[in-house]
Amino acid sequence: MSDVAKLLDLVGVSVKRDGATLLANVSLAVSHGERLVVLGANGAGKSTLLKVANGVLVTDAGQISAPPRARQAHVLQRPAVLARSVVDNVRFVLSLRGCAEPERSARARWMLSMCDLESHQHRHAQTLSGGERQRLALACAWASEPDLLFADEPTANLAPSSAAAIERLLLHLHEAGCTLVMTTHNVAQARRMATRIVFLDSGRVVEDRSAADFFSCPVSLAARAYLDGERL
Amino acid sequence: MSVFGDALASASAMLAAGDATLAEITLLSLRVSASATLVGALLGLPLGAWAALTRWRGRQAVIVMLNAAMGLPPVVVGLVVYLLLSRSGPLGSLAWLFTPAGMILAQAVLIFPIIAALTRQTIEDVHAPLAEWLTSLGVTTTQRVMTLLYEARFSLAVVMLAGFGRAIAEVGAVMVVGGNIAGSTRVMTTTIALETSKGDLPLALALGMLLLALVLLVSGVAQALKRWLESRYV
Repeated sequence: MSDVAKLLDLVGVSVKRDGATLLANVSLAVSHGERLVVLGANGAGKSTLLKVANGVLVTDAGQISAPPRARQAHVLQRPAVLARSVVDNVRFVLSLRGCAEPERSARARWMLSMCDLESHQHRHAQTLSGGERQRLALACAWASEPDLLFADEPTANLAPSSAAAIERLLLHLHEAGCTLVMTTHNVAQARRMATRIVFLDSGRVVEDRSAADFFSCPVSLAARAYLDGERL
Repeated sequence: MSVFGDALASASAMLAAGDATLAEITLLSLRVSASATLVGALLGLPLGAWAALTRWRGRQAVIVMLNAAMGLPPVVVGLVVYLLLSRSGPLGSLAWLFTPAGMILAQAVLIFPIIAALTRQTIEDVHAPLAEWLTSLGVTTTQRVMTLLYEARFSLAVVMLAGFGRAIAEVGAVMVVGGNIAGSTRVMTTTIALETSKGDLPLALALGMLLLALVLLVSGVAQALKRWLESRYV
């Protein structure tokens, strides 16, 4: 893996909160074009890993580096929306990126159409359903034109049809050149989405392999138990 | 009961006739209290947002003081501002004592802590679900403050109304600083106090009715504005 292709590099990252270790000595590099899925049980540190990587949380130890020009975006597990219309949420992100009118409105509408939200553009964002909120969060993330997108359980608690729509959007973004780092509980989803799996157990990376290798032959007991549990 | 009934009838007649003194006093009250609310908001909104979004040594003490200052006695504020504006005071050169400007200052001091304290709590509540997302977007502190002030605009409008309500209803501060000079610094509350002590109940009652109507009107306009803004969403 050459340094030129790296979009993110975590070295010896640890996070502790209230005496509990959330991440322990995590080292991880993400290269351009990957679809990295972070798997692990509840409390394994998946969300913490994404937040630390994106700078939302500060580390207690270790180093995080990313190319200065690489743009990142983050779709949170519970997407936040502003108390304004759907299109104004996307326009807000575009304005932060320095996009001026009239291009701002045109691009916002285009992104909403890509996320199948064009007919909802004048609705108050806080009245959207869970799946619609996730699509709006993706539209906002898209507005950042990210090189690297973090998506934390983007289909949690969604109906299968909504989850499938989110997966299609994520794959579309990936095809457009965006590297993807996402977490999920759903092994079937991980199989569909991942080119690489990082398996976390109690804040430690216990496996970091290609998706094909991981699913055909998990090495760690924790990963095997997790996959066995999914099959039950 | 008949005294009250007579006073009410006289007050209604004064209101219906559009009494010039009544109008002058009412307009001055509105001007002073609206200006004080504006000054209080210009200081209180940014301070409240800043206290909500930043962490620094002594922050808790400042929050406790702001919360406590919401209950400042108007007459004490009036006394302090009087001393500041008196000829030998540090602001004596402004010559604001017994002028509407001095009354605006006194009321602004009175309502600034209300606006700051309620803004701090409002912004904290609005910020909690947005904090991580805004951080992930890399917003600056100024962008965060401006975004949250806009997000909380409806709640902050109510905060401003609370400040205006406190200002227009108080009597102690404007009485001490303004001096209740007829045609110059006489406002609704000071007139009510004066006319009641003189036994001129119709004027006092007419002003009381107007005061209540004004507070209701401002609240109604704010609610209608909020509903109109919300109705723009489909």
